[in-house]
Amino acid sequence: MQQPVKNKSGPFDWLAVTEAGLYCRPGGFHVDPSRPVPKALITHGHGDHARPGHAAVLTTPATGAIMRARFGAEAGAIEPVRYGEERRIGEVRVRFVPAGHILGSAQIVLEHAGRRVVVSGDYKRRRDPTCAPFEPVPCDVFITEATFALPVFRHPPAEAEIARLLESLRLFPERAHLVGVYALGKCQRVIALLREAGYDRPIYLHGALRALTEFYVAEGVPLGALPDATRAAKDAMKGAVVLAPPAAIGERWSRRLPDPLAALASGWMRVRQRAKQHGIELPLVISDHADWDELTATITELKPGEVWVTHGREEALVHWCRSQGIAARALMLAGRADEDGT
Amino acid sequence: MKRFAALLDRLVYTPARNGKLALLADYVRTVPDPDRGWGLAALTGELALDHAKPALIRALIADRTDPTLFALSYDYVGDLAETCALLWPGDAGEGPAPRLSEIVETLRRTSKAETPRRLAGWLDRLDATGRYGFLKLLTGGLRVGVSARLAKTALAETFAKPVEDIEELWPALSPPYASLFAWLEDRAPRPSPEAAPRFRPFMLAHALEDRSDLGGHAWQVEWKWDGVRVQYVCELGEKRLFSRTGDDISGAFPDLLEGVQIDAVIDGELLVRGADGEAAPFNDLQQRLNRKTVSTRMLAAYPAFLRAYDLLVEAGDDVRGLPLEERRARLERLMAAHAGERIDVSEVLTLSDPDALARLQAEARALGREGLMLKRRDSVYTAGRVKGLWFKWKRDPHTADAVLMYAQRGHGKRSSFYSDYTFGVWRGDELVPVGKAYFGFTDAELKRLDAWVRDHTVQRFGPVREVERRLVLEVAFDSVHPSARHKSGLAMRFPRIARIRWDKPAAEADHLESLAKLVEPRAPAAASGDADLFSR
Ligand SMILES: [Zn+2]
Ligand SMILES: [Zn+2]
Repeated sequence: MQQPVKNKSGPFDWLAVTEAGLYCRPGGFHVDPSRPVPKALITHGHGDHARPGHAAVLTTPATGAIMRARFGAEAGAIEPVRYGEERRIGEVRVRFVPAGHILGSAQIVLEHAGRRVVVSGDYKRRRDPTCAPFEPVPCDVFITEATFALPVFRHPPAEAEIARLLESLRLFPERAHLVGVYALGKCQRVIALLREAGYDRPIYLHGALRALTEFYVAEGVPLGALPDATRAAKDAMKGAVVLAPPAAIGERWSRRLPDPLAALASGWMRVRQRAKQHGIELPLVISDHADWDELTATITELKPGEVWVTHGREEALVHWCRSQGIAARALMLAGRADEDGT
Repeated sequence: MKRFAALLDRLVYTPARNGKLALLADYVRTVPDPDRGWGLAALTGELALDHAKPALIRALIADRTDPTLFALSYDYVGDLAETCALLWPGDAGEGPAPRLSEIVETLRRTSKAETPRRLAGWLDRLDATGRYGFLKLLTGGLRVGVSARLAKTALAETFAKPVEDIEELWPALSPPYASLFAWLEDRAPRPSPEAAPRFRPFMLAHALEDRSDLGGHAWQVEWKWDGVRVQYVCELGEKRLFSRTGDDISGAFPDLLEGVQIDAVIDGELLVRGADGEAAPFNDLQQRLNRKTVSTRMLAAYPAFLRAYDLLVEAGDDVRGLPLEERRARLERLMAAHAGERIDVSEVLTLSDPDALARLQAEARALGREGLMLKRRDSVYTAGRVKGLWFKWKRDPHTADAVLMYAQRGHGKRSSFYSDYTFGVWRGDELVPVGKAYFGFTDAELKRLDAWVRDHTVQRFGPVREVERRLVLEVAFDSVHPSARHKSGLAMRFPRIARIRWDKPAAEADHLESLAKLVEPRAPAAASGDADLFSR
């Protein structure tokens, strides 16, 4: 079942929304498919974009390595492609350019029949010491994410949030600061930001964060001393930063920590109700997704003929585009969740 | 305003008292005058700025946002001040952030017509956190769990001064408390507390745990009454009524203050009179608590009076240094002349034989009293809880076997433990909740109970787990009273988990009918002073 995306201004019958996700007919491939397909192009390693079971996968070298680490033999036959390197797949020219979201994340540029489409995957516009910055590519159609597409989401500078964490360590020197971070991207970015802020004490890691963090270090992102929280002496973690997956906060694992103060690094922390609901004492608004201002500024900058919105709060962004005279529609893709919505 | 907003932002998320104290200490230590004084006043409810009604905030933000985007945002966030704080355009680019003192001092001179323009100007100069704190300050919505008592404790700990000294001073001070901070920082002598009718910190009692603590001394024995403790002050021709934490509650009890005309400071129990002329149940008194003003209907239905039990000052003469015996003799002489509808004296009980004390304690429940007060006859009136001078001996609790229904994670050190339990009793073959209590056993038991909760979870809602209905808890509680808020129609007062009955099948837990039989005609009181009943 393939439905061409209807379009008044031009024929876009070469891109369709199928049950497996976005499908490019003249190329015979899917982008970030939600179920196993013969040929998949993957924007980045988060679980709602990269899934196991595809026969052939084209993605950046870093994303390929992440998929192999996560899925083993299920990762499929991975063909790495460097940023900027052009490939021809069927009748379509394909290029991966940095998205600034996490290490290896890419926007995928598709060109066919004189039209250019950019699939942004997830992206942000802010500086991130752990990955290459977003590269704007002018296009006819920009397919944008919309995780934080409400004007209430305007992330403060990540550096200011890190300063709040350091300030809290000063105020509560007896308490371990247990910071919930998503294992891929957020964890390593928070460490890098702490190091940039001059914090050179050991940062303790939950076991679930170890493998991906070591992968970042191997890829050339220096992160300093990162001992294992599970093996550390309780007293050593007084007044220290301990990173763990959000699900470990308030679970039995956290009992090894001295009087833990629960923090969470996520764009959702902007809204008080969300932070309170999770019993967080120190919400840190640090996101790897574009906030409202970045989303609207990017669209303004790219001046696409049309915007397709997916992955979050489509309604507000579609409304905004139309109010700016830009054609826009919500693209309903299956299988996009909050998993990496952090 | 930036520092105040940051403080608010952290207080909102910090449940533990110690955490709040650390945050407050840092604030008063590092923020300059007069901002810190205004901040303290705002937190303790001494600074009422009601300049921004929700309609005004809505109008301000409506002028600056697309209506569809506003509606989607408000719907998502749920709180108007927060939505406005997050949506306000620009990011603090319009000049330096205003100081809290600038805002407070300017607003006092700002006319209603000028207000919207002023507010918008400040909002332009603040970031999202600042805007949120600012809007909450203006709408009086600072619910961050900081009582006056907590603020005073923070000052005492930060500047190493006795909290009683600060409490005594407090009623004579007004924000931004420059003279208080000057003294706290040893830059000036202690301000005079004489300026107004002032509060004297209470002398407090310890719970009697062992009757041998009474040995060898002469004791004055009184009932522990079923109301709340207050202090009546009449000095320099002015009268006041203070709560246990030193809050001025005169406005809520004009009937009592008009009806008592004694130039003295008196420590006593605040009660209301029932139809029979006797002290009414605590539930009746509760109708008059936590109000700043009182209607004529309330005044007629629940007339307040003071039951005096100690004398601190008589006609300007401070008698706190005299032994209780002598203060009592003076109090009785005063009462002989003044006792009436609005004030009487708490009788001293006589003990006919050595067993009389235990007998009286056992009778307390039937008489609707909380227990006994035992005060050493030679005790001078000392602020705070001095060991061995005054004791309270509360009546014995009831117990019931209830079934654990829900468990919730605790805070701070307990944040990884399910340490807060909702339990119910049987109504027919259905369980209905009757109370909620925190953990009260050893660490080993807590761990075992926590593991049980995790292994027997039926459903999760955020921090709460619903568990299989099979674990029996022996719950001790002070009393039971009717409650419209509970599905069972009953609520326990002061419940605590006495034992975990691993051995007992849930079917053998208590039934609602047997609990209903314990409802007393006179509902018992919150231990006077144990709860901050006048917290605003
Ligand atoms: Zn992602
Ligand atoms: Zn995603």
